[in-house]
Amino acid sequence: MSNNTMQEYILAFLIVTGASFTLVGSLGLARLRDFYMRLHGPTKATTLGVGCLLIASAIYFSSKPDSFSMHEVLITLFLFITAPVSAHLLAKAALHLKLRSIAKLPEQS
Amino acid sequence: MLGNAVQSEVISVALMIAFSMVSVAVALSFWRLFRGPDRPDRILALDTLYINTIALLILLGIYLDSALYFEAALLIALMGFIGTVALCKYLLRGDIVE
Repeated sequence: MSNNTMQEYILAFLIVTGASFTLVGSLGLARLRDFYMRLHGPTKATTLGVGCLLIASAIYFSSKPDSFSMHEVLITLFLFITAPVSAHLLAKAALHLKLRSIAKLPEQS
Repeated sequence: MLGNAVQSEVISVALMIAFSMVSVAVALSFWRLFRGPDRPDRILALDTLYINTIALLILLGIYLDSALYFEAALLIALMGFIGTVALCKYLLRGDIVE
């Protein structure tokens, strides 16, 4: 049954990777100093993390006999489409409210 | 233990590690939600919070070996996106439906 063991290790790797990406994204949200930096962290890391977890879930539920599970792809697709849209809207709202950035202005040439 | 955990040793250890990591992530985004100096910070924290909740529900579905939690995760994804867009629209325009 080495095939099953291999699949279990792949599943465990995907689960731990997804959870650590989620943690890194939220750590970036909590620790970075500026709204524009904070926007950078979760919008990328969390979608990747949830993507890994959803792939793990699809493999897990497809591995049982007489079952094929692909509806996790729905959530993955939806998150990958909506994450850039919401990040764009958040950046527009922050620019509209004139939030200060701690980055320096570029040199005038 | 709650439910009937039927996983092998490797997967259940990985699930425990993943549960604690995602719980820390939820706590961190709650901290930013209460702390956040500006309104976009709080909206971003809510956005991260619902994505973390989706991750927790997926993990719970694997842990309890049930496909029921998938529908809840899909609903949270839909409603969370609509909420983020509505709040950003409110900050941008001062109104949601014009």
